[in-house]
Order: sequence, then structure tokens, then C-alpha cells
Amino acid sequence: MPGDPLFNNGLNLAVALIVIIKAIIVFVVVLVSVLFMVMFERKVIGHMQNRIGPNRAGPFGSLQSLADGTKLFFKEALLPAKADKRIYRLAPILAVVPAFLVFSIVPIGGTITIAHHVTRLQLVDPPWGILFMLMLSSIAVYGVMLAGWSSGSKYPLLGAVRASAQMISYEAAMGLSIAAVVVLSGSLHTSAIASGQHGLLHFRNHTVPLPAWNLFRTWVVPFIIFMIAVTAEMHRPPFDLVEAEEEIAGGFNAEYSSLGFALFYLAEFMNVVTMSGVTVTLFLGGPDGPRILGHSVGPFWFVLKLFAFLYTYVWLRATLPRFRYDQLMDLGWKRLIPASLGMLLFVAAVRTGSRGWVIGVMVGLVVGAIALMRALSVGARTTEVEAASIARAGRRA
Amino acid sequence: MGGSHLALVHGLNVAQQIAFFALAGAMVLSALRMVTTKNLVHAALYLTVVLAGAAGLYILLAAEFIAVTQVLVYIGAIVVLMLFGLFLTRAPLGTGQDLDNNQRWLAAIIALFLFGVLGVTLQKGFKGTHVNAIPITDGGSNTAAIGVSIFHDFVVPFEVASILLLAALVGAVVIARRD
Repeated sequence: MPGDPLFNNGLNLAVALIVIIKAIIVFVVVLVSVLFMVMFERKVIGHMQNRIGPNRAGPFGSLQSLADGTKLFFKEALLPAKADKRIYRLAPILAVVPAFLVFSIVPIGGTITIAHHVTRLQLVDPPWGILFMLMLSSIAVYGVMLAGWSSGSKYPLLGAVRASAQMISYEAAMGLSIAAVVVLSGSLHTSAIASGQHGLLHFRNHTVPLPAWNLFRTWVVPFIIFMIAVTAEMHRPPFDLVEAEEEIAGGFNAEYSSLGFALFYLAEFMNVVTMSGVTVTLFLGGPDGPRILGHSVGPFWFVLKLFAFLYTYVWLRATLPRFRYDQLMDLGWKRLIPASLGMLLFVAAVRTGSRGWVIGVMVGLVVGAIALMRALSVGARTTEVEAASIARAGRRA
Repeated sequence: MGGSHLALVHGLNVAQQIAFFALAGAMVLSALRMVTTKNLVHAALYLTVVLAGAAGLYILLAAEFIAVTQVLVYIGAIVVLMLFGLFLTRAPLGTGQDLDNNQRWLAAIIALFLFGVLGVTLQKGFKGTHVNAIPITDGGSNTAAIGVSIFHDFVVPFEVASILLLAALVGAVVIARRD
């Protein structure tokens, strides 16, 4: 039964209190995890680059992010002369609120009983579920765009233009790979998506010794596409062209100081935590895992998987150089979107269970892939010819 | 007339009515500000408020899937593309430029005409009929029912619409090509 069983017996004071307490807990947990993530990232990157990282504030530098936050809070909030005041103040809020809200749909465990009320270990379980995440990530674009525009200077505007194009491009690939998951689970409820990945994998009446996570059920490719798209969506390295320091002086938030800057910083790291949570829910079974000493320990497995992703994002940042803008657009539009569309068709065909559909879709995909390769090579040749003619015209002039 | 009107009010939830008028008021105000503001980016943002209000109206009608799609498509893609276009082209980005032209009265007449046509059509078509909403199942959601009706009952119109959009897409690419 999807939806939160908390509301089965109508709404009363106890139910409202439980909802409020859950909201406060989620708020605090997300905030603390951001403080942790900032410290974690700086420490891990420090060690990967053979240096120590922050080690002054508190034991092992663990209070560094708290100290940074306090410092930013007391700095002067500058307002550029050409800024659009109201929008300039609104933009950081538009960036940070969606980042907070995404975590409310992530299930971190099964159900618990508080004072005879059964409730899920997630803040809300709305029928639009995973669409809510897509909706919020499309609203988050506004924070970046409006910050860049309202600053009233060139480099932030360039950052905003880059950001909007990048986020829109990768949203399509992200949505299509989520669609592959939704086709399998048959529900938009995040709780149903998580619980549908319980147990062992079945393939043609055989049991495979792998967990029935969507990672395997969708044949791995949508997961990889989703990871790349999410990294681009959060403008994390290697897709951080939005704030490329060497090119556009810090990008969309270059003019922000004090609290405005702190909110963007908060939103960025919060997105890493919440999107890792969403990835775990969609592809890695959410809180699914073996029982320990006869107890079901969903939250433990959830946090463990979350950590794996947090580490992966830091690892990517320390390892990969930044993409060039045309490479970014090529990857998004010419590789990821066709690949995710093809995988969606394939997963849907396998789900029908009829051999005719699978063979038909596979033939179609091969033909489509050949046509796409041909189109791409023709396009690349045309670009080369054009570039050569432009260069010739330049020499003549 | 008076009696039927009263019956209508009785049949509806009071909270729903209040929310409807609050949303409708906000939408009308934002729509007015959108066409009167002197700043193109502000106009786009007022448009966002109008579209979000429409999404709110869909939620009031228990059509949450349509509401989320409205936000995803209109606010998340179309207005963002408009802003993107404004940023990329040399459109006036500051305040105070003359964005007006002398077609104000023509526009007002056309708007009134459209309002009249739509109002009369709705009045003639649905007067006194009770519109059956898609039943809510699956823990308070009718998304599955919408999916079945699109891909089962109305699959041909759906496919025709998608071909139309594809044609528009290809057309845009052809127009935007450099040669």
C-alpha cells in the first residue's frame, strides 16, 4: 500500500505533531550532513593530493565548516551597484529551498511505530514521488540563472547562461533514465520504488545471486547515465563550467558575499547529499540490505550506500579535469540522451516479457545507433569544413 | 439561476473555494504585472507565477500529475528557455527601455474576444453537467488511470500530437541552420 499509513485514520493532533517532528529531524539531519560533507570533501581531497587538509578547528579539523559558516555569517553583505535588488536577494533562496525539499521524499527505512501511529521513515510519500525531485531540480535552475543575471555584471551572466543550458540539457537524460526505473517499479511513490527492489534478482525463472536492485534490473546503463547527468545537474566537477574560476572568475555567484554566498555553498553541498540519497533510492535498493542479528537495519544500509556515493563524488572531483563546453554539450545531447532513450525502450520491451518486442526493439536500436553514428560523422565533417573555411577567410583578411 | 448557483456552492468544499480565489487573484495580478512591467526578465518571472498558479489549480482539482507536469514543462523548461534566449540575444536586459508599441487596444480587443469565445463555449458545453473526475485509486493518486487513458484509449491523438511536435522540432532546426 503506497502512501504514508500515518494518515489512514484521518488527521489529528498526534499525527500533526509527528509530521512536524519528522520535518524538524529531516531539516537538522540534512543541515548537519552538509557541515559534515564540506569537512569530508576537504579532508579526502587533501589526502588524495598528498596534503593534510583542514586540521586547526576542533579535533581533526572537524569544526572547520562550522567556523567557515560563522565567518561568512558575520561578513558584510555587498550589493553590486547594478544589481536588481529583489531578485539578487531571492536567488540564493531559490537555490537552497529545492535542495532541502528533495530529501523529504527519500525513504531511509521501512516503517516505525511512534505512540501507536505507524509511519514511514521518510518525511512525505506523495503520489507524484520521484517527479517531485525532477520538478525541484528544474526550479533550482532559477537560483543559478537569476543570481547570474541580477548581479548586473558580465562574468556572472556568462555563468548563468552556461548553467541554464547545461542543466536543461542534462535534465532530459536524467528524466529518461528515471523513466526506465519507473517502468520497472510501476509506481511513482519513492517508497514503492525502494521496496520493489527487495530480495534476489530473477531472470527467466532463474535466481541470480545478486540483489534485485534497479541497478541490475535496468541493465546498469541507466544508472551510469543517471550518475553523469546528476553530476552535471549539480555542476560538480568535471562539469563545473558554471563556476570555472580560470575562465569566468567564479561564475554565477562571483558577486555574492556573506549570507548569499553561504546559501549557494550550502545548496551545492546539500545537493550532493540529497542527490546521492535519490540515487541510492532509485538504483541501489534504498534501505534494502541483509538483517543484522535478526534486526532490520534499513537506515544503516542506507547511510552506508550514501557514503559510497559521497566518496565517489569527492573522488571524481579529485581525479577528472573539467570538460570543455562543446564536449559537455556533445556528451549530453549526442550520447546520453539517445542512449537513455534506447535503454528506456529496451527495459520496457524486456518488461513486457514477449520475445517479439525484445527482438523488435533491439533491431530498431541497432538501426538507430547506425543512423546516429552516420549523422554524427557527417556533422563532424561539416563542422571541420566550416572551421577550415572560416580560418581561410581569416587569413585572407 | 439563483437556486442552481447555491447548490453549486453547497457541493464544493469551502477551503477549496478559498484556495481557488486566492490562486486566481494572484494569477490575475501577476498576469497584469507581466504585461505592464518595464523589465523583460521581470515579465518572465511574473509569467512563472501565473504558470505556478495554474499548477496550484490542477492540484485543487486532484490532478496532481498534471500539476507536476505543468511545473516541469512550463516553469522548468519553457520559461527557462525564454530567459536563456533573453540572456543570449541582445535583448534589453535592464529597466526603463521602451517595450511598448501602439497595438495596445488591438491586443485588448483580441483578449476580450478570446475570453468571450472560451467563456461562451464552456457555458454552452458544460452548463449543468457534472464532470466526472478520473477516480482516485492507488493511495490517493490517479496517475495510473491517466497513463492508461493516454496510452490505451487516446493513443492515436497522442501519437499524432507527438508527430506534430517532432515536425516543429525539425522545422526549427532547419530554420536555425547557418547555410
